[in-house]
Amino acid sequence: MSETKGVTQKAAKAVREAQEKERAIRPAVDIFEDAAGITLQADMPGVARERLDVQIDGDSLSIEGTAEIPMPEGMNALYADVRSTRYQRSFSLSSELDTDNVEANLKDGVLTLRIPKRAEHQPRKIEVRAQ
Amino acid sequence: MFGYLGNLDSSLFDDFRRVQREMDELLAGAPWPSGIRAVARGTYPPVNIGSTADRVDIYVFAAGIDPKTLDIAIQQNLLTVAGERKLATAEGVNYYRKERFDGAFRRVVTLPDDVDPDKVDARYRDGVLHISVRRRESAKPRQIEVK
Repeated sequence: MSETKGVTQKAAKAVREAQEKERAIRPAVDIFEDAAGITLQADMPGVARERLDVQIDGDSLSIEGTAEIPMPEGMNALYADVRSTRYQRSFSLSSELDTDNVEANLKDGVLTLRIPKRAEHQPRKIEVRAQ
Repeated sequence: MFGYLGNLDSSLFDDFRRVQREMDELLAGAPWPSGIRAVARGTYPPVNIGSTADRVDIYVFAAGIDPKTLDIAIQQNLLTVAGERKLATAEGVNYYRKERFDGAFRRVVTLPDDVDPDKVDARYRDGVLHISVRRRESAKPRQIEVK
């Protein structure tokens, strides 16, 4: 009996998570790479630093944030382009990236992540000596 | 158990909303009229508008903008928000994704007729521009006493 209950709860949790995923906004991102690492920028308007969650677990990078927008009591929506206050997006990283030294910066709703490459993957200039 | 059923319920409504959205896209050339100032979904910047008895609140979701460069104008009940977002494009790098809006934008939205263009307040915080416009006194609901 208790096992059935556990299964039901698990299913309920999965359904809830799937719904939340569906409701979350996928933030627009720019991603570019230079010799020393990768930079990711994401638009997450309304998200304050305390409401931002950047997680790296193994090779997966997950960005989550909740927008906190002051709204008066009893407001009626007349028009809405944005229908969720949650942002979520994830990426898989590759092994040459140094996930221990990721720098995150949030300013005016723009998240900037700098993911450097491991030292052994940084480009080295090989000098050609003249004879 | 009931929580589970409740969730199923709301997922049904989510489906309705999704279908409605898809129909909207499918029937873009529908015979019924759409608002003359209505714009396509996905226009930058996204805007939300809400109203209460004494004011109308407009939220413009424009991250990473210098608020000094924003041009906000209101004429009667037409609100215009214009600005430019210049993204610093790095030189000599390899771009994998470039989804963020770059360039000049302008959005015009129609507000209820009773807004007072002299009482506007605008604030920019965490990438959201919040404009608050007061409504005229006469428009507020008034209690009428029966004698």
